[in-house]
This record gives sequence, C-alpha cells and structure tokens, in this order.
Amino acid sequence: MGVISRGFSGRQTADSANLPPGQYLTTDFPVLSAGPTPRIPLDHWEFTIRDENNALLRRWDWKTFRALPTETPTVDLHCVTRWSKLGTSWEGVSLDTLLADVQTEASYVMAHSFGDYSTNLPLNDLKNGKAWIAFRFNGKDLEPEHGGPVRLLVPHLYLWKSAKWVRGLQFMAHDKPGFWEGLGYHLYGDPWREQRYSDDK
Amino acid sequence: MMWRVGTVVELHDETTTARTITLEVPDWPGHLPGQHVDVRLTAADGCSAVRSYSLASAANFEARVQITVERFPNGEVSPYLTQEVILGDRLELRGPIGGWFVWRSGQTEPIQLIAGGSGVVPLMAMIRSRVLVGSAAPFRLLYSVRDPGAVFYRDELLSLAEKAESMTIDYAYTRATPKEWNRPPGRIDATLIANTTWPANLSPTCYVCGPTSFVEAVADLLIAAGINRDNIRTERFGPTGDRK
Repeated sequence: MGVISRGFSGRQTADSANLPPGQYLTTDFPVLSAGPTPRIPLDHWEFTIRDENNALLRRWDWKTFRALPTETPTVDLHCVTRWSKLGTSWEGVSLDTLLADVQTEASYVMAHSFGDYSTNLPLNDLKNGKAWIAFRFNGKDLEPEHGGPVRLLVPHLYLWKSAKWVRGLQFMAHDKPGFWEGLGYHLYGDPWREQRYSDDK
Repeated sequence: MMWRVGTVVELHDETTTARTITLEVPDWPGHLPGQHVDVRLTAADGCSAVRSYSLASAANFEARVQITVERFPNGEVSPYLTQEVILGDRLELRGPIGGWFVWRSGQTEPIQLIAGGSGVVPLMAMIRSRVLVGSAAPFRLLYSVRDPGAVFYRDELLSLAEKAESMTIDYAYTRATPKEWNRPPGRIDATLIANTTWPANLSPTCYVCGPTSFVEAVADLLIAAGINRDNIRTERFGPTGDRK
C-alpha cells in the first residue's frame, strides 16, 4: 500500500467507528455551494413533480406544502469534502408522502433547485422513509445558506445529493448526471462505499 | 482516480501559519487553475487522514505542483504539513478534482477575483496561469486579509501589480492596515466593491473564495452591484473544514 508519512500519527477518535471511510467528525455545519445563496420569498416558493416530458404531475405552494404531515428524523450527514456530522435533527415532509399515488415507470429523478443546481438520484433512494423535503434544522427554520426555505434531505448519500433550495423533482427513464456529477463527482455517491469521484467503484 | 506519490522539493513559509509545499509528481496529468487535490497522510499503524487543498501552481504539464496550507491549531493534517514535512518527504495525492471553480485560458471576458484569507490560493493559480499562457483577459484581484503580515505570495503579487499591462490588485485589511493606508481596517463593503472591482456593465466573471461568511457577504454585495448571479462562482470552507 501507500507511503508511510514519517512522524505522522493520525487521530483515531471513539466516534470513528460510526463514520464512513475517509470521513472525520465535525460539530460545525460547513457550507459548500457553487454560487451565491438564492433568497426565495415564501410567496414565490413552489415544489413540483414532473414527468419525463416535463408535464406537471403535482404542485404545492408554501401553504399546501406546510399543511402536509411532517416527520422529525435524526440523521447523520456525510459531505464529500470529508466532514461528517452525527445526530442532526430535522423536520420535513417525507418523500413517501409527496410521491404517494404518483404513477410512473421511471427509475430515476433529477432534483432541480432555485439557482439552477441539479442532482440525480434513483427513485428508490427517495422512498421508504429514506428522504425528506426538510424545512427545519435543530428546531429552527432552515437558513438560506443551508438550503432554506427547504432542501432535499437524503442522508444515506453524500450531502451534495441533498439539494439545497430544491424546487422540484423530474422523473427520468435513464440516469443522467446533475451539476456536480457532470463535473467529476460520482453518479450515485454512497459514503460507505466511498463513491466520491466519477471513477470510484 | 489513482493515488500518486509526490516528493517534497521546496518549502516556503508564506506567513507565520501558512506554508507552500512544492511537490514533484512524475506522472502528474496536468490541471486547471482552481482545481484541488486530495492529500493523504498515513501513520505507521495504517491510520490515514485525507484533506483537500487547492492547487496554487499554474496550469502546466510539468511534473511540479504546489499547495499552500494554512495551519488550523487543532487540525489533524495541517499542523503536520506546515510544521513536520521536510524536503525529500513523500506525500500521496490524487487529483486534480473539480471542474466548476476553474478559469480556462480560452476565457477572454474580464475576471474579478475576490479572496478572503487563504481563499487566495486557487485564485493565485488562475493569476499564474494567465501569466503563463500570455492571456490578455483583464484580471483584477481584491484580497481581504487580517493584516499586512497575513498576505500570501506577497512579493509575487507586488511585482505583478507593478507591471502596468498586467493586472490591478487591491487589498482590504480587516484588523490592521499598513502605515498611511487610505482606508481604516474593515471588511469589504459596497463602496470598496464599487471602487475596486469590474463594473457590472463589463459582464465580468467573478470568482469568490474564502470562509463561508466572507463568501456569503461578498456574493450578496456583487449581486447588489448588479453582477449577474450566474457569473459568480464561489468556493467556501468552514471553520473546521481544513479545506482551502
């Protein structure tokens, strides 16, 4: 294997056991974004689900979205830039609720955000209690720099998949790279298999 | 992406807490300015730690790459890289990584670089690349630092600014200024943006790199100054991000 770094002793913490390979623990909540933070007034906010041809299947404005039942998941976050943050508390609407009764043959979705960010996911990764549209973090309204008013929360994948400022999902018959996936990052992004970059297995 | 081995061939202290490490990497594939690398340290017991660092060197196909590392007092990796590493040491790295926060030599539009602290590193790679390829793209740098002693690449920036045809460099000192400086210590504000950056009507592409709060504030100021948000590219690092 690799080169031993003369005189280097790593820091093995008690929490390392809970961390995916190559991650380290932080108690901060660092921010990574490609551009300026969009500010989205709630009366302009919407969340939509569209089919492969961009036809509208479902639409919520802020009022109808907030009338939906919510959940309060506590989850671990893993960022591809190697920090992990454990036991974070969120409130959001489960994707199971939003996708209920939506008929589709599609296997993939593209999540689109205000500010033109996008990220691709298999549809199954959004179902069965694994993903939320989150609007509250640690009991407070989600701040714009962390994706507020709402962000996608898919904690079992690297955090770039949890699109900030999310405004909708579009079904896709075939997988297609989103923003970071087209710039060298992994198409799926499982932190436990350390799928950081395009050619990681 | 494969891990490569680089040999430390040069060390240079930029400030009391930051060091530039030059590595010879025989099979280096080349990079674009703004891209970063992962550096891996491995202890004798096999325990390893990896961090990302922006490349400071110009895009080139020579076998040398540079990173500049700022020491975080309680960091796991940066104290080793800034204090322990000596000439001849071998470091593992892989990359280059990232394709968004980059400047390509085919870009001819005005370029506005805005750095906060060690966020100057990837911007320096862009400046050096522009010189290397002889690009005529108009470049400006606005560099926010704590005090004059915290400036990275001081002599190189000074000589660049002296060449009239080259580029304009402005500084914002947040805690202490040089003697007889015309602006009291303070963060970048709307007046400084108006006086020292390309106006919106030139449609500059802006690259902003620094701590999160810095990038948030500067990006908002640029938008308020009329810059198209699609032309603002950002790179941020959090307080414990240990990332440049």
